[in-house]
Amino acid sequence: MAKTYEAVIGLEVHVELATKTKIFCGCSTAFGGAPNTHTCPVCTGMPGSLPVLNRQVVEYAAAVGLATNCTITQNCKFDRKNYFYPDNPQNYQISQLYLPICRDGHVDIELSDGTVKPVRIHEIHMEEDAGKLVHDDWDDVSYVDFNRSGVPLIEIVSEPDMRSAQEVIAYLEKLRLVIQYLGASDCKLQEGSMRADVNLSVREAGSAEFGTRTETKNLNSFSAIQRAIEAETARQIDLLEAGQPVIQETRRWDDNKGYSYAMRSKEDAQDYRYFPDPDLVPVDISDEWLEEIRSRQPEFKTEKMKRYKEEFGIPDYDIDIITDSKKMADIFEEATALCNKPKKVSNWLMVETMRLLKEKSMDASDLTFSAANLAKLVNLTEAGTINSSVAKEVFEKIFSDDIDPDVYVEEHGLKQVNDESALRQTVEEIVAANPQSVEDYRGGKEKAIGFLVGQTMKAMKGKANPAMVNQMLKEILSR
Amino acid sequence: MANVISDETIEYVGILAKLELSEEDKENAKKDMADMLDYIDKMGELDTDGVEPMSHIFPVRNVMRDDVVTNGDGSADTLKNAPESNDEAFIVPKTVD
Repeated sequence: MAKTYEAVIGLEVHVELATKTKIFCGCSTAFGGAPNTHTCPVCTGMPGSLPVLNRQVVEYAAAVGLATNCTITQNCKFDRKNYFYPDNPQNYQISQLYLPICRDGHVDIELSDGTVKPVRIHEIHMEEDAGKLVHDDWDDVSYVDFNRSGVPLIEIVSEPDMRSAQEVIAYLEKLRLVIQYLGASDCKLQEGSMRADVNLSVREAGSAEFGTRTETKNLNSFSAIQRAIEAETARQIDLLEAGQPVIQETRRWDDNKGYSYAMRSKEDAQDYRYFPDPDLVPVDISDEWLEEIRSRQPEFKTEKMKRYKEEFGIPDYDIDIITDSKKMADIFEEATALCNKPKKVSNWLMVETMRLLKEKSMDASDLTFSAANLAKLVNLTEAGTINSSVAKEVFEKIFSDDIDPDVYVEEHGLKQVNDESALRQTVEEIVAANPQSVEDYRGGKEKAIGFLVGQTMKAMKGKANPAMVNQMLKEILSR
Repeated sequence: MANVISDETIEYVGILAKLELSEEDKENAKKDMADMLDYIDKMGELDTDGVEPMSHIFPVRNVMRDDVVTNGDGSADTLKNAPESNDEAFIVPKTVD
């Protein structure tokens, strides 16, 4: 009988923190600057320069730790991790080995069968990002840009508690949601503000021993993570079935080719010779400071869902989608506070917003329109100032350019025509011009009225009050 | 002279430090390293029971700054330190993986 295997997976997740400045100097972290414009002697490792810790980094790291049920290390410090590579100007990375800021946490993930499983977090530490290398296609050189050097990161190290790609993705989604709610990072895998390295080994199902693990890097999307986990699990099972050993190594995933290969430089186990950084004094997080951070924790998804249900009476399905993004939840709450019509606001988010996000391949965190303009649109529609098809058109402008709908409707003459005599005149004309449809309707084909409504709306450039048009047509046709 | 550095050790340290050592360099380095370790071994002669490990000499804690941008475009000064550069980046021998 064939053996059955299971994968044992732990994750190292790097998250770029949303601070304005780097972790140890006052250089900007803004994305997309020309190479080396956001650099100074500290983040390029010049002799004699001294790092000074950014307080916000400690607060974000502790906030993530609290939200993931960790114990906060109230006296922590930084260590140097020594290695030589051109993207690392100091020849060491400042990180935390001995006293990481957070330890022994967990997040609960919900599996597809509805069961809840805790994934334990071994530790979270603070560290700095490295620079970026760009390789020349023609010459035998690389170009070094230190703009990312010194950008603050937290590394979240899980225990090997996951057993499948689905569990890994559920864990990452949970982390992302929590961190986005905290505003500590936008957590975009594609843009590298969230990076996951997968440690994976396989063993016979039921065994208590661990197999030899590999680490897979370069995973830039949830789908890449899924494919890489499936491929690596299969590769290791094949090796074991063939009686060959799994080699402990770091592998780089190529998502286009659908396979990973061993990275050369990591074939030798690294000796990082960690030691406490003498330039950075220890960090004491007092009870008061910790309490202050705790008191600023936002309302997370679970609590929000409960409150929405009680306060707004919108369907559970809507609540789940809206609270899946802090941005969306913020817009919902703010717009509802302004117009007091939760169901209408929710409809705009659930239908048109979701449609446009999908169409433009955007994430809810990319939404830029203001809740105030959405609230105004709801009011305009509810008051009958514009009809629903015009409202959709106006919403698209709000979505893309955050226009003020009051001004836009006025300037573009989009107000609904509720004027009885103007409508009647157009309806009479349409009826006179479409004898066939009139005959069809009178002959029992009720659907024919839809065509006549459509023609009337078209003649009035979409601005007619559809309810009134319908009413008038019925009245005229039954004469 | 209790400590003896083996050929393998000096070879490995050379790899970590990305240094190519001549035979003569290796012999000198082996002697220097052994001397350093002997010196450190003096610590073993002391009674350190009950002494907390110390990483920093001064009793200073929590030196931090606010998250405010204070540095402008530093590229010109940064690139002055580059052995080789184009007008925006350091140029180094091609380094992949």
